[in-house]
Amino acid sequence: MSEYNKIYIPRDSSSLSMGAEKVAVAFQLALQSSNTNDTTIVRNGSRGLYWLEPMVEVDTPEGRVAYGPVKARDVESLVAQGMLEGKQDHPLCLGLTEEIPYLKKQQRLTFARAGVIDPVSLDDYLATDGYTGLKRAIELSPQAIVDEVKESGLRGRGGAAFPTGIKWQTVLGAQSAQKYIVCNADEGDSGTFADRLQMEADPFGLIEGMTIAGLAVGATQGYIYLREEYPHAHEILDEAIAIAEQNNYLGDNVLGSGNAFHLEVRLGAKAYICGEETALLESLEGKRGMVRPKPPIPALEGLFGQPTVVNNVLSLSTVAIILAKGADFYKDFGMGRSLGTMPFQLAGNLKYAGLVEMAFGITLRELLYDFGGGSFNGKPLRSVQAGGPLGTYMPESQWDVKMDYEEMAALGAVLGHGGIVAFDDSVDMAEQARFSMEFCVVESCGKCTPCRIGSTRGVEVIDKIRAGEDREDNIELLEELCETMVDGSLCAMGGMTPFPVQSALKYFSEDFS
Amino acid sequence: MSSSSPNATPSKAVAVNAAHLSAITSHIDNNAQKPGPLLPILHDIQNDIGYIPDAAISEISKRLNLSRAEVHGVVSFYHHFSTKPRGRHIIEVCCAESCQALGGRDLQKHAKDKLGLDWYQTSKDGEITLEPVYCLGNCACSPAVRVGKQILGRVDNDDFDELIEELTTVPVTLMEGR
Repeated sequence: MSEYNKIYIPRDSSSLSMGAEKVAVAFQLALQSSNTNDTTIVRNGSRGLYWLEPMVEVDTPEGRVAYGPVKARDVESLVAQGMLEGKQDHPLCLGLTEEIPYLKKQQRLTFARAGVIDPVSLDDYLATDGYTGLKRAIELSPQAIVDEVKESGLRGRGGAAFPTGIKWQTVLGAQSAQKYIVCNADEGDSGTFADRLQMEADPFGLIEGMTIAGLAVGATQGYIYLREEYPHAHEILDEAIAIAEQNNYLGDNVLGSGNAFHLEVRLGAKAYICGEETALLESLEGKRGMVRPKPPIPALEGLFGQPTVVNNVLSLSTVAIILAKGADFYKDFGMGRSLGTMPFQLAGNLKYAGLVEMAFGITLRELLYDFGGGSFNGKPLRSVQAGGPLGTYMPESQWDVKMDYEEMAALGAVLGHGGIVAFDDSVDMAEQARFSMEFCVVESCGKCTPCRIGSTRGVEVIDKIRAGEDREDNIELLEELCETMVDGSLCAMGGMTPFPVQSALKYFSEDFS
Repeated sequence: MSSSSPNATPSKAVAVNAAHLSAITSHIDNNAQKPGPLLPILHDIQNDIGYIPDAAISEISKRLNLSRAEVHGVVSFYHHFSTKPRGRHIIEVCCAESCQALGGRDLQKHAKDKLGLDWYQTSKDGEITLEPVYCLGNCACSPAVRVGKQILGRVDNDDFDELIEELTTVPVTLMEGR
C-alpha cells in the first residue's frame, strides 16, 4: 500500500474559508493517534468544485477518491469507516474524483493541474508536464515563440480579449535595452476567482508562462501585480518563485539558456482601477493609479516608459500549455474567433458555484443549470451579471447565448474575465443599477470628468427615480448620462459602468417604477 | 495586554515615537533600491506600525526626492492605506455583487449594527476596525469576510457574531505570577 498513502487537503483561499485548516489539523491528530505514520498530508490547491470544499481526497489503486464537504467533526467517522484505505462507505464519499460529473464534463487545459498537485512542489509540477513549454521555447527563436502564440488564437483572458501574440509581436519589434513582462493579477471583478485559483493551485504555470514571454520578447524582468486582497496567493507565489530561483528556472541564466529572467510580486493596495493596464503601470511605478491616455500603448511605452507586455494571469499561464502542446492542439477547442477554452466562474446565488473550464461556445443556460444547478436557495433565477461589475445584467431571454466574445458582444453583453453572478427573483434591479454607479464613485481614478462626476450624478438620479421623483424625466436624464459616460470616458471604468445600468433599465424596467 | 484593554486609547498615541521612526527608516532602506519603491515601502510601514504616520510621509518624501504632496497623494489614493491608527483586528466585509446575491447587504448592515461602527471606524477599545472590500475572490462561497489574512466564506449573521466573540475574547490571566 505504500504508494497509496497520501491524503489531499486543499489550501486555496476558498477551501480555507470553508474550514480546510481545521480539517487538516483534525486529520493530523487522527493520523497520529491511529499510528498510520506512513500516511502523509498533501496540501493541494482546489479543483474548483467549491460547494464540495473542503474536499479531501485519498489515493487508491483506482485513482483518487474524494470526500466532501468535510468538516473537522467528520474526520473521526471518516477514518473509522476506512477512508484512509479508500473505502467508499461514508455518506460524504463522492467516489472517484475524476468521475464527478461537474469535473468530468470539463475541458481543463489551463486548470489541468489545479487541485491535482501540491502547488509549491516543483517535482509535482515537473511530473505533470510542467516546464515542457519553456524547454521547447528555449529551442525556438523569439519570433517562432511569438508565431506559436499568434497561431493558437489566444486572446487576452483578463477581459479585453486582445490577441496575445499580436501584443507580443509589438514588444518583440520594439527596440530597447530593457523590456518588461507584467502580469495583471489585480483580479477585481466580483464573481471572478480564476486568477486566484490559478496562482494558488498552480503558481509554476504562471511563472513558466511569464518566463516564456520574457524569452519571446527579450524581457529580463517580470512583475506580478497582485491585489492586496489575495494574501494566500501572495504567500504561495513568493514560495514558488523562491523555489524556481533555487532550481535555475528563474535567474541570470534560465536553465542554462543564456537568457536572464527575474520575477517579483508587487502588491496593489485596494484600487479596482489598477486592473486597467495603464493605471496598473502607474501603480507599479509608485504613483497614484491614474489611467494614462493611449497612445502610446504599453507595448511600446509601458513600465518606466519601456516596451512592456501586460497580460492577465490566465493568458500567461495558458501560454505555457500552448508551447507545451502546440498551437494546433489549443485552437482545436472553441468556436469562431474565440479559440481555446475559457475558465468560467460560477458565483452568486448558484447551488454548485465553482470553476468551469470549457471550450468557448457553451451556453449561459448550460452553465447556470447543468453545471450551476440553479439557484442556491431554491428560488427562481432572474438576472445574471456576466463579465464583472462592468458587465450587463442579462435577462432569461438571453441565457441561450453561446459564450464566446463575439456572440456576447452581439447582445451588447460582456464575456470579460468569465465571471458569472446569478441573482434570484428577490433582486431589486434598480438597487443593482445604483450600486454600479456607486462602485464607480468609489473606484474611479478621477482623471476624466464623465467617470468622476458622472458616477456621482448617476447615483443621485437613480435615487430620485427610486423615490418616484419626476420618474420619466429622470430616466431620460439617466439614459443621457449613461451615453455621455460611454462616449466620453478615458477607459473602460467610466465607459462601461453604464452597461449594467442600461441593461437594468432596458430589461428590468419594472423595478424602476 | 494594554492594547486589548477596553480602557486603552491607542488613537491618542499618534505622536510618532522613536521606535516608529527607526522602523520607517529601515523600511525605506530595505526598498529604496527597487524600481518604483513607494508602494512596497508603504506596505511595509503599514504592516509594521498599522498605519502610515505623518512622519513617514515626510521621511519618504525626503528619501525618494518626492514632494510631500506626491507621497500624500499616493497614500490617499489607495483604500488600503490608512493615515490613522486602526484596530487590532481589521474586519473587511465584501460589498460586491456576488456577495449581494446571497444576502451580503444584510450582512453589511448587521456588521455595522453589531459593532456600532460605520466603514473605516474603529471601536472605542481599539479592538476592531470595520472596512468594506470589493471582492475577496471567494465568490463561490459568498458572502465573504476577511480578518487579517483569514478569509471566511458563507458567513451569516450568527457566524459574524461568533467571529466577533472570538476576536474580542481575551484569555483570563488572573492567576498569572502566583
